[in-house]
Amino acid sequence: MKQLLSGNEAIALGAYHAGVVVAVAYPGTPSTEILESMARMEGVYAEWSVNEKVALEVAMGAAYSGARAMASMKHVGLNVAADPLFAASTTGIIGGLVIVSCDDPGEHSSQGEQDNRHYARFAKVPMLEPTDSQEAYDMMQWAFDISEQFDTPVLLRSTTRLSHCKTVVEISRERKTDLRHPGFARNPQKYVMVPSNARVRRHAMEERIAKMKAYVEDFPLNQMIIADRKLGVISNGVAYQYAREVFRDASHLKLTTIYPLPEDLIRRFVQQVERVVVVEELDPFIEEEVRRMGIDVAGKEFIPIIGELNLEVVEAGAIKAGLIKAPSKSSSKVETSPPQLPLRRPQLCAGCPHVATEYVLRKLGFKSAVSGKELGADELIVTSDIGCYTLGVYPPLAALDTCACMGASIGQALGLEKAGVPNKIVAVLGDSTFMHSGITGLIDVVYNQGNITVIILDNGTTAMTGHQGHPGTGVSARGDKVPKVELESLARGMGIEDVNVVSAFDIAALESTIKRSIEKDEPSVVIARGNCPLAVRAKAVPYEVDADLCAGCFDCMDLGCPALLIADDVVRIDVEACGGCGVCAQICLQEAITKCKP
Amino acid sequence: MKDVNVLMVGVGGHGVILASDGMAEVGMENGYDVKKTDTLGMAQRGGSVLSHVRWGSKVYSPMIKKGEADFLMGFEQLEAARWAAHLKTGGVAIIADVTVIPVSAVGGKVTYPGPDEVRRILSQYTDKIYMVPAARIAQEAGNPRAMNMAMLGFLSAFLELPPEAWTDIMRRRLPPKFVESSVAAFTRGVAEAKAIK
Repeated sequence: MKQLLSGNEAIALGAYHAGVVVAVAYPGTPSTEILESMARMEGVYAEWSVNEKVALEVAMGAAYSGARAMASMKHVGLNVAADPLFAASTTGIIGGLVIVSCDDPGEHSSQGEQDNRHYARFAKVPMLEPTDSQEAYDMMQWAFDISEQFDTPVLLRSTTRLSHCKTVVEISRERKTDLRHPGFARNPQKYVMVPSNARVRRHAMEERIAKMKAYVEDFPLNQMIIADRKLGVISNGVAYQYAREVFRDASHLKLTTIYPLPEDLIRRFVQQVERVVVVEELDPFIEEEVRRMGIDVAGKEFIPIIGELNLEVVEAGAIKAGLIKAPSKSSSKVETSPPQLPLRRPQLCAGCPHVATEYVLRKLGFKSAVSGKELGADELIVTSDIGCYTLGVYPPLAALDTCACMGASIGQALGLEKAGVPNKIVAVLGDSTFMHSGITGLIDVVYNQGNITVIILDNGTTAMTGHQGHPGTGVSARGDKVPKVELESLARGMGIEDVNVVSAFDIAALESTIKRSIEKDEPSVVIARGNCPLAVRAKAVPYEVDADLCAGCFDCMDLGCPALLIADDVVRIDVEACGGCGVCAQICLQEAITKCKP
Repeated sequence: MKDVNVLMVGVGGHGVILASDGMAEVGMENGYDVKKTDTLGMAQRGGSVLSHVRWGSKVYSPMIKKGEADFLMGFEQLEAARWAAHLKTGGVAIIADVTVIPVSAVGGKVTYPGPDEVRRILSQYTDKIYMVPAARIAQEAGNPRAMNMAMLGFLSAFLELPPEAWTDIMRRRLPPKFVESSVAAFTRGVAEAKAIK
């Protein structure tokens, strides 16, 4: 049966047919749809874990029982899960354990770019990488088999383009039925990593990679295509697709076993062609390995090390390297300077519960807006985090000073305070981010007697990745009702005494509460609570502007709400877009903004 | 079997993804190799949406090279202007009469391009520019959200597969309550194209 599947759907279906029993993840673009697909499949335990570290630990425990387990995450998620990755590499597993890492070249929706192929070599774990959805589907079977045969976790790498590209998949299998009965066999030499045991396992890791090196030589998804022998192109992942299209006549070596690489296969390929180049996205991972083998190879001097590849980029590089001829310029009517068009930056939605809080923070704390200038003592420092609310960095809100990684806002705020900056410091982060890695930071604040204010923007969901559950939502990955972890009790339980909950849509309450909290000589938590309108799919009665009353001061435009427009020097509300939150009406001194009459 | 490269552009909420998914399915069901990929740029948060759909006997790259799109489908006028250079010389531009003004163009230095400016930008690449009253067609078909289906209908009139190849997929894949209005919008889109061509 043929089906059109995205890379992520193919990974999920491949894992399902390979008999995966436990599937875990923390949502993160471009990996999210893997677990969303798994959660719809019968006979699979699927969970949104609180973070990637816990996810991998859950998967590891499941694999210790003999069950097949999979953890999926975005590239930076594997940084969070690096500790259990190395641990699982050391102990090995019983049931297959596959970790899917989805990299994001070009940072479509990420705070940074990194090439997670390095993790394979670093943690001494085999890595596979498909070039389309068909291979992603087929490869899951191999990944689990390799994991069990070699007693190792296996990394499967995808990238945004592969995860989010639909290609035709021939579904050749059904779900594996001879699943192992889960049971735990005591084996401290394998599972209890005290130094004396770890030293023994260390040898097992090296032996495993040596055996893998022999195994990958015959791996059926690596493919050598000999055509014109003047040029041989080695490529992997989606870069293979660009390479095939740009170098139509050349010979190609497609590599799907990224670590370890099939060295004999590479040598056989190189012997058959005159010149060898590597086309790969991000770092020169394959290029350096091939060069280490003593082979004269080119790559990164013409293929960029930064950003996502595409046909234009690969072709431009190939022309620069003299590998292909530049296409003859046709006489063109195209203007040399491209037209000036307004940007369409991502922005907080109409009715978004984060807007009012960020508006208040800007109003309370940002006296100057000069980048690079040291703040006056009366200005507020706002450390931020990863989530929709990070979009508040853009004008007109421009309310945030930092955004580094999940949960970092709290630690950064404490660090600024302990370094001795004279300013008041506020850390903002979302409910899901707080659960992910804000909790440990906040406990650190209590223990080390910090005096910062933490604002948890509680929109009741993991919004940026498309509304997944987390412990504060009371809804599981499958959509079942589960116990709800209450943020205010959690904060109080940690020892924060000044905990306040305010409506995220009430500017006056937000302002007075935040002001009071930052003035206090103790750590405080403000929970700004209001549902994400996209998650609850609720639309309140929209608002409208009385054009006769509007003074044209445009104070409300400081919210950056996409439903607010300017027409004929007065503000107009796009009633279709308006979420009915009423925040703009609270700002308007003329009282020109009111609810639409039914 | 002719290779077909279609770039669909718009903003979140216009059904670009559903339209490109549909077109990809139609291609696969009718024997093409197919690739389709989206660049979302956090679309739900007001960013632009971009879908590449490629039909061919064998498709490698999921993304269409700049200057090689046979069709540019603009579900929104500013986005159509922004992606004009992806159109191949003499390709077909199918543009809906829909405008969504970004926050950056509200009181900003760079203004939203009017229909004449959009046409001028596109005319550097082709003179086959079709402005489609997609919103009106969808309204008449009984579902304002079926604008994407009207656009697909218009496109289909330029391709070799008959309308049934498209409506079959729509009947099989769409939720039952949207089937009739979607097929109606599609059919009106086909008629609109035939009338203009």
